[in-house]
Amino acid sequence: MGRTLAQKVYEQHVVRRTEGEPDLLYIDLHLVHEVTSPQAFDGLRAAGRTVRRPDLTMSTEDHNVPTTDLLAPIADPVSRAQVEALRKNTAEFGIRQAPMGTRDQGIVHVIGPQLGLTQPGMTIVCGDSHTSTHGAFGALAFGIGTSEVEHVLATQTLPQRPAKQMSVRVDGELPVGVSAKDIILAVIAEIGTNGGQGHVIEYRGTAIEGLSMESRMTICNMSIEAGARAGLIAPDETTFAYLRGREHSPRGADWDAAVAAWRELRTDEDAEFDREVVIDAASLTPYVTWGTNPGQGLPISASVPDPADFADETDRRAAESALAYMGLTAGTPMRDITVDTVFLGSCTNGRIEDLRVAAELLRGRKVAADTRMLVVPGSVAVKQQAEQEGLDAVFTEAGAEWRGAGCSMCLGMNPDQLQPGERSASTSNRNFQGRQGKGGRTHLVSPAVAAATALTGKLTAPADLQEVSA
Amino acid sequence: MDAFTTHTGTAAPLRRSAVDTDQIIPAEYLKRITRTGFEDGLFVAWRTNEPDFVLNKPEYAGASILVAGPDFGTGSSREHANWALLDGGFKVVISPRFADIFRNNSTKSGLLTVVLPAADVEALQDASEADPTLQVTVDLGAREVRWADRTVAFEIDDYTRWRLMEGLDDIGLTERHLEDIDAYEAQRPSWKPTTTPV
Repeated sequence: MGRTLAQKVYEQHVVRRTEGEPDLLYIDLHLVHEVTSPQAFDGLRAAGRTVRRPDLTMSTEDHNVPTTDLLAPIADPVSRAQVEALRKNTAEFGIRQAPMGTRDQGIVHVIGPQLGLTQPGMTIVCGDSHTSTHGAFGALAFGIGTSEVEHVLATQTLPQRPAKQMSVRVDGELPVGVSAKDIILAVIAEIGTNGGQGHVIEYRGTAIEGLSMESRMTICNMSIEAGARAGLIAPDETTFAYLRGREHSPRGADWDAAVAAWRELRTDEDAEFDREVVIDAASLTPYVTWGTNPGQGLPISASVPDPADFADETDRRAAESALAYMGLTAGTPMRDITVDTVFLGSCTNGRIEDLRVAAELLRGRKVAADTRMLVVPGSVAVKQQAEQEGLDAVFTEAGAEWRGAGCSMCLGMNPDQLQPGERSASTSNRNFQGRQGKGGRTHLVSPAVAAATALTGKLTAPADLQEVSA
Repeated sequence: MDAFTTHTGTAAPLRRSAVDTDQIIPAEYLKRITRTGFEDGLFVAWRTNEPDFVLNKPEYAGASILVAGPDFGTGSSREHANWALLDGGFKVVISPRFADIFRNNSTKSGLLTVVLPAADVEALQDASEADPTLQVTVDLGAREVRWADRTVAFEIDDYTRWRLMEGLDDIGLTERHLEDIDAYEAQRPSWKPTTTPV
């Protein structure tokens, strides 16, 4: 029987296989940030261990970093201590580190691809669940806990068991104004936040093949929101074109050898998936979430659902609790929901393409009077590129705030937080209770919906905007 | 990691589904760089805002077994969620279904996660609601949860069970196979990237 792409990558990395034990899997790239690593480094020190492959390890500061006053010390002493611990640990163990404000700094899942460190067929881990992002290159990439971070630092391997295989096929042409974010929100709404549990998801089909690398990263990024530890897409010419010439991409004869190997990374015709989901791209519209998990999403043309309409008791109770937390009434059209803050950024949608889409809609227009919009590039390099293209001026002239790079309001570990009761339209990945600040209410949206919403102050599709100005 | 063989204690019924890691411990409580002291963030929003929240009730203050609805631990990979539960006095979480990363982390941190059928989880929630002093035994050796006159079997693979019962550190186990890692590294393609600045 044939094998899937994920199975091929997995098998290429098995160091040791013994009946009755997990496989030992080799890790090609380990990304490290300040939040989930300090206890791992302490563990190494306590046991007298070293980092086996500092040359396969890359570190940056992202979760805690402020997005204003980048040259000043971090004001929050606890955040500062965590960032300082990372600097001390990486210096002691000889790991490359990209500190705040420097060229290579940014959200860990933005800088890996940008540096060309993320390549097809690799195994990539990080103490962060959105590591699935790197699957966009045909890598097997997944989030791990701090004990496993320590294990990878010490041995460059992880004990693993093969996952089940799921295919999500999206065929057809995406309507104008519908993006990768809408695809993945629709997938999660369809299969639920537990739909991918125990599985690796392979995204396939003509609509996926037609996406840019940035868009593919958006989709793979949110695999974890469907419960899957990893999601991936077969590498193709789009992947190779993105990688060619990047700082850590292979060069010369190495490039040819690498591309030849990468071309083999495809699911066999006769491979079998444990579960298959098919979605028609042409049927998709902009999606927004109404609840407190990423599976509670609907087309923007819909209304807030009535919990009584949920057949399943658990779903009904979850919907009731979500509406109470979100301060929403069943039957309210999604387009009538007023938001206070729009957040454009995160490892889901903080890349140059995302900023371009939003800037195009904002150009020559103004953010609504009672709405604030934060634009937080995913990395210093994304910020610099946007500034070269003049996007920063578009944002600031529209009345949005142009910030420094980091995770920012996706999870509010830095000062960028929602106030209690405040409502956001956010291009991030989680609408959990309190995720963006205590008592904050989050609607997950695409960059285009975020920009359109900023202009009207209510959840708005880009197409609505054309009708307004027509 | 402490060895886990069997544990007997009282249970707290948490009748919520899809309890995500941001509810177990919000991000602002992840800034500590030590491995202990995370109990202050455990379910802090619910403890603060909901007087009726189960862990606010004095009769469940000493509970060491959390009995939760399906899809416990969704979201982030933060092992701090495991640590917060351990620091908060919990030894075991029982649920019909766990998120993958949370469950995997639990096998490294020493918090035992037990999957029971939804009907049994609800029966145990009912029983510990009716009698908060109910003694519940989670027996990893026998792969059983027992309370009152009920015994419910659960599944766990032999290898993980052995590691937990011995309290073994994964790194130590892997270090017995360093020659396999050396051999694997020797045949990796030379074009694979390193992070060394170019």
